[in-house]
Amino acid sequence: MTAQQVVTAEINGRPRSFLCEPRQTLLEVLRDQLDMTGTKEGCSNGNCGACTVLLNGRPVVSCLVLAVECNGAQIETIEGITPKDGLLPLQNAFLENAALQCGICTPGFLMATKALLRDSPNPSEEEIRFKLAGNLCRCTGYDKIVKAVQDAAERQAATK
Amino acid sequence: MRDFDFAAPDSLDAAVQLLAKNKGKARPLAGGTDLIDYLRTGRLSADLVVDLKRIPELNVLEVTQQGLRLGAAVPCYRIYEHPEIGTHFAALVDACSIIGGIQIQSRASVGGNLCTSGPAADSTPALIALGAQCVIASASGSRTLPVEQFCTGPSQNVLQPGEILQEVTIPLPEADSGSHYRRFIPRNEMDIAVVGVGASVTVKGGQISNARIGLGAVAPHPLFAEDVSNWIVNQPASDATYIEAGQRARKIISPIDDHRGTAEFRTHVTGVLVERVLREAVQRAESGTAG
Ligand code: FES
Ligand code: FES
Repeated sequence: MTAQQVVTAEINGRPRSFLCEPRQTLLEVLRDQLDMTGTKEGCSNGNCGACTVLLNGRPVVSCLVLAVECNGAQIETIEGITPKDGLLPLQNAFLENAALQCGICTPGFLMATKALLRDSPNPSEEEIRFKLAGNLCRCTGYDKIVKAVQDAAERQAATK
Repeated sequence: MRDFDFAAPDSLDAAVQLLAKNKGKARPLAGGTDLIDYLRTGRLSADLVVDLKRIPELNVLEVTQQGLRLGAAVPCYRIYEHPEIGTHFAALVDACSIIGGIQIQSRASVGGNLCTSGPAADSTPALIALGAQCVIASASGSRTLPVEQFCTGPSQNVLQPGEILQEVTIPLPEADSGSHYRRFIPRNEMDIAVVGVGASVTVKGGQISNARIGLGAVAPHPLFAEDVSNWIVNQPASDATYIEAGQRARKIISPIDDHRGTAEFRTHVTGVLVERVLREAVQRAESGTAG
């Protein structure tokens, strides 16, 4: 077996060090080593977006990132997005618009949407559908997710 | 996933030394969106994975009087977010905006797209249209070759063990030029091209003075449609020209039948896309909004 490597990264604002094998993906390490199971595994080949996290601020599929690549990186996962005093406007919008059923896709959608609304605070429906095309949902039929994202955009604008 | 070692050198020298030492058993890693999946499924194996993303030369992204320098590890999003690349190299921006979804574009590089050498790679026909050159580095020096000579077959290219693609360069197009890349897919996004076409043109006084067309997914590797491109030169920028160019493109391809489309369908679509892509490239050239 190849030598494990020590990786130090900032995860949800806190410095963390962990040991991992080069062949382990960021998704595996988050879930199995760091017990952060909020990030979900759907396909493990980059198609479904369930494993989306923000790596240095960019949405990525953590199943196609090696954990050893993350030395010195900033990582944000679903565990880190909820403020102490309640939910993000984005989370409330998903809940109130019934934008989830089984919920497997939801952490990925929330992370991808967080990046989307940061870069484009007032997206059109077309833009939402295009930019969330890397996230699959087998339950909702997408319309409710698109509505929730539009609603979240309005809520964010109102809180500014 | 089978075991491998990992190194993340921070200089080009160190990287080519590592590759030279592990000839054939080391795999360079850029965005990983192909490689990590291939290693996981066993389609490729490696004793050593060499992360290239900490090497300054492979992260170069600049537009100068000479043109574009694009480091091989630069991810797609940096290309379409760059303030000047869309102005001069619109076809490249078109391609980078439709490779995978947002998450893939955060990581996947044009250099990696080229080195994976899939026949349906989206960025390669755009690079061919724009007249790109590949700069290849190894422990014994570097060499340069036109991008249309880089891929030699499905998943095959000219890289020898120990060589890495360092960067892609594109000359600055002359005035009154425009370019475009477009593909046909059955879905709206997140799919692999059934046919992909890139074109760049220069238009002077209603006449095309320069043209290059790149075709994807219709041959064992992306094609430079050289004869078609030469034929277009000195033709008027008109529908008749675009249609005839499409007809001619249909004759030089060798598409396969697969679940994405039959050879007959691909042949038909090639002509339609060549026509549309030329029309759009000419419009961009004439409006001067996007070279
Ligand atoms: S589990 Fe990563 S994209 Fe599906
Ligand atoms: S809610 Fe079940 S997959 Fe989206």
